[in-house]
Amino acid sequence: MNDIGIALQQAASLLASAEPSLVTVVLLSLEVSLAAVVLAAIAGAPLGAVLAICEFPGRRLLVVIFNALMGLPPVMVGLFVYVLLSRAGPLGHFGLLFTPRAMVLAQALLVWPIVVALSRQAVEDLWVEYAEPLQSLGASWWQAVPTLLWDARHALITVLLAGFGRAVAEVGAVMIVGGNIDGVTRVMTTSIALETSKGNLAFAMALGFVLLALVLALNALAFTIRQRTMPHAG
Amino acid sequence: MRVSPRPPFLPVSRSVNRVWRAGLALVLAACATLLAPAVQAQSRSIVLASTTSTEQSGLFAYLLPRFRATTGIEVRVVAVGTGQALDLGRRGDADVVLVHDRPAEDRFLAEGHATRRLDVMYNDFILVGPAADPARAGSAGTVMEAFRRIRQGEHAFVSRGDRSGTHAAELRLWELAGIDIQQARGAWYRDTGTGMGPALNIAAAMDAYLLADRGTWIAFRNRQGLRIVLEGDARLKNRYGVMLVNPARHAHVKAVDGQQFIDWLCGAAGQRAIADYRIEGEQLFFPEAAR
Amino acid sequence: MRVDLPARTSTLAAASPAAPPALVLEHLHYARAGQLIIDDVNIVLSSRARSLILGPNGAGKSVLMRLCHGLLMPTSGSVRWAPARPVRQAMVFQRPVVLRRSVLANVTYGLRLAGVTRIERRARAMDALERVGLAALAARAAVLLSGGERQRLALARAWALEPEVLFLDEPTANLDPASAAAVERIVIAIHEAGTRIVMSTHNLGQARRLADEILFIDQGRVIEHVPAPQFFTAPGSINARRYLEAELP
Repeated sequence: MNDIGIALQQAASLLASAEPSLVTVVLLSLEVSLAAVVLAAIAGAPLGAVLAICEFPGRRLLVVIFNALMGLPPVMVGLFVYVLLSRAGPLGHFGLLFTPRAMVLAQALLVWPIVVALSRQAVEDLWVEYAEPLQSLGASWWQAVPTLLWDARHALITVLLAGFGRAVAEVGAVMIVGGNIDGVTRVMTTSIALETSKGNLAFAMALGFVLLALVLALNALAFTIRQRTMPHAG
Repeated sequence: MRVSPRPPFLPVSRSVNRVWRAGLALVLAACATLLAPAVQAQSRSIVLASTTSTEQSGLFAYLLPRFRATTGIEVRVVAVGTGQALDLGRRGDADVVLVHDRPAEDRFLAEGHATRRLDVMYNDFILVGPAADPARAGSAGTVMEAFRRIRQGEHAFVSRGDRSGTHAAELRLWELAGIDIQQARGAWYRDTGTGMGPALNIAAAMDAYLLADRGTWIAFRNRQGLRIVLEGDARLKNRYGVMLVNPARHAHVKAVDGQQFIDWLCGAAGQRAIADYRIEGEQLFFPEAAR
Repeated sequence: MRVDLPARTSTLAAASPAAPPALVLEHLHYARAGQLIIDDVNIVLSSRARSLILGPNGAGKSVLMRLCHGLLMPTSGSVRWAPARPVRQAMVFQRPVVLRRSVLANVTYGLRLAGVTRIERRARAMDALERVGLAALAARAAVLLSGGERQRLALARAWALEPEVLFLDEPTANLDPASAAAVERIVIAIHEAGTRIVMSTHNLGQARRLADEILFIDQGRVIEHVPAPQFFTAPGSINARRYLEAELP
């Protein structure tokens, strides 16, 4: 228990000191995970909406697949992206391995099924209500999709937060495709892993608390936005 | 149907738009900053695949800024086990490899992934174990005898099990001790499949013996009941070699910058820097480059 | 695609033609889960009258209107317009659905789907909101409206489209008397502006106030299709008589 106390103290002094190396790591964590979530949202939310409202052969199978992929192990995604981006791999030519972009790609892949599956759920809930009015107004499916996504925006924010939480907390994928290079691809989670292997348990835990504080702050921000823009209880 | 309560402020839609725009701006800013790291990648840099022991002992953090100051080349270290580091080289994902498993390095050369291997430095492995030393490994005299005693009493032993240089050295020592570890292994032999640090954490938690490299041990902060049980045996010498990944095999390898790093490391400046690196007054690595 | 619908108009003609085409239902059947809900309906709605659909719960009123509006596809038989041409139509539902955006945007949304230009959208939407008495709330988030206001917004959204035919499915079922009266006034105004009204209700008083003609449905069949006064004074069928007796005090 004493370790945790020390860790909390260290976390507080870490946050207060705003040491440049820590700031770099924190910013990179945020950038990579936010960018990954944005990519996943662009590629995932419309697909989720289409799965929610369109009927086509294989739709159910896709729904099941995306639900299952929510539990994708980060290490597997990391390995997949590594093989893809490795010089010996199909996309090796671009030299993306061990760069933040590779980490964004890996995390986006990890978050994508979450965004698809959860936004499908959110849109499906809304579609129960919207189907008849939108059809009555003559909306085609490609007109209905943006309408539903926009009108489900509050639920989608929660979806994106879930995706961000998954991205920023994972270590397996970024470790493999980023390489945990000091100052280049080192993020919060890989720092924590590194400090743990150095036996600096209290410091590792302090970093963990810093990460937690960040995630908390971001969630609070999103919650505030939600509160301000959604004045009715539901 | 429930009727929504009235809002405390009116009209809502103005502030709605403003808050949404603020949120959108935040997200766009995050995307914009994503491009920044890609821009900084334009400076001269090489990827060095190396071992966790060299990275975690803090050696690179000491050496690399000095190299960069003279040459302007940034060295990006991907610290993994020796086996994995060589694999990175085999796939062309690293420009230079710096590892510590001679047989594996020779295979790498034989396969043509590098054309030349240079000695850089050495330190030594140590046998770490519980302070009480229940296997009496400390008085064994040789590391082979110590291994035999651990095997005899089936005292808990943590193996890296990750194809790292340290793991390879451990397997060689079992062989030298005349023990077929594949056959002798039992509950006492914990194959952890982790890096040096995590393996030390595990050994500390269960009072087990393990083979560690001295650099990581000195820098390790969670020793608990562990201490060095045996050291100094000539068999425990731990040699590091450096190789440029063969540009003839992997066209994009930054041969010029990579060679410059190797030349510096094995030259006077690099060798002196290696000798100068200390933790709490203790020298961790000993320069060994051929003149 | 679930949202694929029979072809309906999406662009608005310049002005209402003299008379909207007749709505012709021939041998119309609709079954769901093996159960026949609409059973061989043959009617023609040709005048610009206000047609009120009456009938007990589960008689098939809502399904019939959805078939007419094109939200449901007939199992057999046909729904067509004579003479055949795209007809501007809209529908207002029992539970008014408002989009999660401003009151004004709720109305302009429908106009955008109908292909109205941006500038014209705003003017027409404000005009429609004015007519239903919601212009002052144009900037408010629509989800903040009361039930009655929501239904008036749904009417404005429909009205802005200047439909030739407006279907209303028990639009006052969930409303208090004052809100229901407001809806009735708006329906009359829409009708007077030249739109044919097809509306279902459970409220006989409302039917008396609004109906030019009555369609009485029971068990998926149209039992009576007669002028309103005739229906209320001398219903032709035993089912209608029973229904009137049960519903009237």
